[in-house]
Amino acid sequence: MTTSVSIPWWRKRRTRDLAIQALLIAAVAIVVALMWMNAAETLRRQHIASGFGFLNDTAGFDIIQTLVPYDESSTYGRVLLVGILNTLVVAAVGIVLATIIGFLVGIGQLSSNWLIARLARAYVEVLRNLPLLLQIFFWYFAVLRALPGPRDSWGLGETVFLNNRGLYLPAPVTESGFGWVALALAAGIAGAIWWTIRARRLRERTGQVVSVARMSAAMIVLPALIVSALASFPLTFSLPALAGFNFEGGFVVLPEMMALVVALATYTASYIAEIVRAGIEGVAKGQTEAANALGLSRGQTLRLVIIPQALRQIIPPLTSQYLNLTKNSSLAVAIAYPDLVSVFAGTTLSQTGQAIEIIAITMAVYLTISLLTSAFMNWYNAHIALTER
Amino acid sequence: MRSGLARFAAFAAILCFAAGAADAASPTLAKVKKNGYLRCGVNEGLPGFATPDAKGNWTGLDVDFCRALAAAIFNDPKKVRFTPTSAKVRFTVLQAGEVDVLSRNTTWTMGRDVQIGLEFVGVMYYDGQGFMVPKKLNVTSAKQLSGASVCTNTGTTTELNLADYFRANKMKYKVIAFEKNAEVLAAYDAGRCDAYTTDASGLSAERLKLKNPNDHIILPEIISKEPLGPAVNQGDQQWGDLVRWTMYAMINAEELGVTSKNVDKMLKSPSPEVRRLLGVEGSFGESLGLTKDWVVRIVKTVGNYGEVFDRNVGKGSPLKIPRGMNALWKKGGLQYAPPVR
Ligand SMILES: N[C@@H](CCC(=O)N[C@@H](CS)C(=O)NCC(=O)O)C(=O)O
Repeated sequence: MTTSVSIPWWRKRRTRDLAIQALLIAAVAIVVALMWMNAAETLRRQHIASGFGFLNDTAGFDIIQTLVPYDESSTYGRVLLVGILNTLVVAAVGIVLATIIGFLVGIGQLSSNWLIARLARAYVEVLRNLPLLLQIFFWYFAVLRALPGPRDSWGLGETVFLNNRGLYLPAPVTESGFGWVALALAAGIAGAIWWTIRARRLRERTGQVVSVARMSAAMIVLPALIVSALASFPLTFSLPALAGFNFEGGFVVLPEMMALVVALATYTASYIAEIVRAGIEGVAKGQTEAANALGLSRGQTLRLVIIPQALRQIIPPLTSQYLNLTKNSSLAVAIAYPDLVSVFAGTTLSQTGQAIEIIAITMAVYLTISLLTSAFMNWYNAHIALTER
Repeated sequence: MRSGLARFAAFAAILCFAAGAADAASPTLAKVKKNGYLRCGVNEGLPGFATPDAKGNWTGLDVDFCRALAAAIFNDPKKVRFTPTSAKVRFTVLQAGEVDVLSRNTTWTMGRDVQIGLEFVGVMYYDGQGFMVPKKLNVTSAKQLSGASVCTNTGTTTELNLADYFRANKMKYKVIAFEKNAEVLAAYDAGRCDAYTTDASGLSAERLKLKNPNDHIILPEIISKEPLGPAVNQGDQQWGDLVRWTMYAMINAEELGVTSKNVDKMLKSPSPEVRRLLGVEGSFGESLGLTKDWVVRIVKTVGNYGEVFDRNVGKGSPLKIPRGMNALWKKGGLQYAPPVR
């Protein structure tokens, strides 16, 4: 183009677009500001405390599961932390379990074994179609009713006990010198990773398949064991023992936690199974035939050919299932598991009455967890995306 | 901007006054009258205090208090909509204006009064926190509960008192806190905890829901003061007055011997106190934004405090709770209402 017609700046498309956007932002800001002023005015008129000062006040109630030190004299801010950690623990364990069960059931649905395929199908249909809250109650009260009281616990030797107060396990207690063992362990793990990568490079280059399992196990275990022996085993265990009403000592997995994790994992797994099935069915049949022609076993075909390709279809919907599981964990309050919603958006809210602040914080926490999960999954998805060679 | 807003507010206020001059300027009362019914927050199901039957009819002490309010306002105790609230959400429900009054076995505490912005109007039921345990544990005192697991409701004073009590007595415990009563009881029944703790009145009520109530005992220790009473939002003092004096009217009626049976006859009583209470003399009803006969309406359709107590939690109910602290002051109890004069 040689001659450019000069359009006045106010008639330029770009200017107009910007102006519309600015107006929109201003409108939203005004609405938010009005709501804010209105809320502040109402709170003041009804003499309701506001602000975030309450986070430094003493909570005064106890919480049954705390991953960080906590007692009645801790603050509401601490309660928030305890709640976040309890939510994260349930979500993390639930996601791992749901993924394992989901993949097994999803692959099972495609099994050529009639019984396995039917069972997997039935699993999906039943669990997907019952309300989650009902399933949580089912697991909780089924677990409670099935287990004996503390005085007639089921025991495994004198180390592991199971009763309606929880699963009691020996808790590791570290002594001086344990740092070296941890170091040896870390070195072992690093070595194993290095070995696995090397084996893969070798396979990609020459097609030679090297077994990594045994070698990595040895690399992880042996150094740690030798260093422990040298440091005269700086790790002891505190064993649970019956003391009065309950067991003391050891490490306890609460029935509330068990029921919640099982319910969340099995329920979410029914959706993941469908995603996995669809993902696998989406891989062209020719891929299987080609793998067969190359002489790969069924397991190898699945592991090396089908799943890596199916994963690209699976990851995006899988991410939303992970987010669902995390958000669904807020049903915990129904069975007294002290998650974020239970101890913070519940107990703390009704003790302080500061609904607006507490709900805002709670939403921010869930949003952050969700965004971080999505970010990680997107990164992983990009990582396994088809790299054209 | 500021003065504009102020002018607008003044204008709106004038409008309100014009519309509701007869309502003693209580915006809440005006709204209730406009709706044609009272909105009342109650427990989700606590026999004796608030329970719905199969047809959705609510009964209980807390329920009857709202019926008394409706009787005073509408001359019809049925003009109430009940909103069941869990312990956890009750204050938010009231603050958000979803209900006009919260009558839900709620303990009057300083924090709730001065920080949460509630206005407690008085004490309907003097209570205290206790423990229930299965008899087979052979526990006879709360002092023997060290190391026990205890089930309770979240968001209650109960949770806090429990912590205080065990800390003060240097005892260990584990608290399992549920949102709803049904789950507290089910978990206790399934052996998840050794003891169930809540207000003693609540324990009597919940105990009756167990398969064999006689297999469970309520321990003698009362570990706290739980004055339970109705609450309204701050900021509408006239409404608070109306709710407060409805309660006092019920207590005064009992003290003066005015019952649902004899209230018509009592209109002819020569006693000046009775005459003022029933509106034969004075204009207290009008000052509340009601009619002269507001107490007659309450007592005739709902009853006086004693009648309501007996019917719901006392000797005429399955709970059979003795009047105890809730007897009138003249009979050695704590129920004492300021005079109508
Ligand atoms: N009075 C105490 C406790 C009130 C309370 O919530 N009690 C329990 C048991 S009596 C209850 O009503 N639970 C019913 C529910 O949360 O749905 C308070 O105001 O915090």
